[in-house]
Amino acid sequence: MNAENRNHSIAGLLSPAPPTNTELDTLRDRLAQRAEEAGLLDIAYRTLDGPLGTLLLAATPTGILRVAYQREGLDEVLTQLAAKVSPRIIAAPRRLDAAARQLEEYFAHRRESFDLPLDLSLSTGFRRRVLEHLPAIGYGRTASYATVAAAVDNPKAVRAVGSACATNPLPLLIPCHRVVRADGAMGNYLGGLAAKRLLLDLEAAA
Amino acid sequence: MSAKQPFDAVVTTHGPTILRVCRAVLRPADADDAWADTFLSALEAYPRLPADANVEAWLVTIAHRKTIDLLRRAARQAVPVAELTATANTTDPGQLDLDLTRALAELPDKQRFCVVYHHLIGLPYDEVAEILGGTAAAARRAAAAGIAKLRTMKGLTP
Repeated sequence: MNAENRNHSIAGLLSPAPPTNTELDTLRDRLAQRAEEAGLLDIAYRTLDGPLGTLLLAATPTGILRVAYQREGLDEVLTQLAAKVSPRIIAAPRRLDAAARQLEEYFAHRRESFDLPLDLSLSTGFRRRVLEHLPAIGYGRTASYATVAAAVDNPKAVRAVGSACATNPLPLLIPCHRVVRADGAMGNYLGGLAAKRLLLDLEAAA
Repeated sequence: MSAKQPFDAVVTTHGPTILRVCRAVLRPADADDAWADTFLSALEAYPRLPADANVEAWLVTIAHRKTIDLLRRAARQAVPVAELTATANTTDPGQLDLDLTRALAELPDKQRFCVVYHHLIGLPYDEVAEILGGTAAAARRAAAAGIAKLRTMKGLTP
């Protein structure tokens, strides 16, 4: 703090105990609430710890916008959302309470599908069509990239289905982990292969 | 287009500083309101802020406007600020110490703002002048006069 160097006796006077984290947390909660009421909370986010590590959950007033794995870099993801959607981003768990609860139920084998409003605005065109189709692959089942391509009326677009899955902004909620290679290999996963294996095992064990 | 931080990161980085400023120039209840008003206004305007802007100076400018609003409202209610500060602060440990808060409250507004913005949070005088209007030299003189008065009140020798 440069004030200290400037004027010793007065700097001493002007160095009260800094605000505590509790005080700041209370103020931040109130700010989030007022931002929501004022229609200024473009993106609310929270984190959720679970068997796949820490997940980031972010939502617009329309619905859940993004689920991100830790390996994507949570700060990095928020910075991308600031650039692509809006920088009006605040930690505000309330808007994500239902999503967090449903994910916890899913990890605990107590839920097979999600009932949440989604905001698919991060995905457009063919990729979006693919994502809209994926919930048709039921819990505990898998489909090949080629099958999905055929299902969205573009049987040659196998690679494009792969990239739609690889850029799925809503992993878990939109089950891209159920899309595997035709030869039975798992194929890639944005959460890492271990995460994909864990999810397929979790659903198989139900 | 350069990357703009999520607003949440702005609150994390600058929230504590702005709270210290608000508490140094207002009574505690008003300080918390001023802090929230400041960040709510900042949130509204944030998408239009140039990516290379000095975020701290921008926030202090907004906080200053909120402070002026609250001081005017308090003045209309005709209760001396110093008295309010003294009574409200007695139950509130962890604030600026009571004597200093009272002493600051007795400074003329301009001196108090200059002392707080320059000495408490370290804004250079040209930025202080931009927030308050007037010149950097005038801000420097007001801060010096304020410091001298605080020293007298606190019984410190120069």
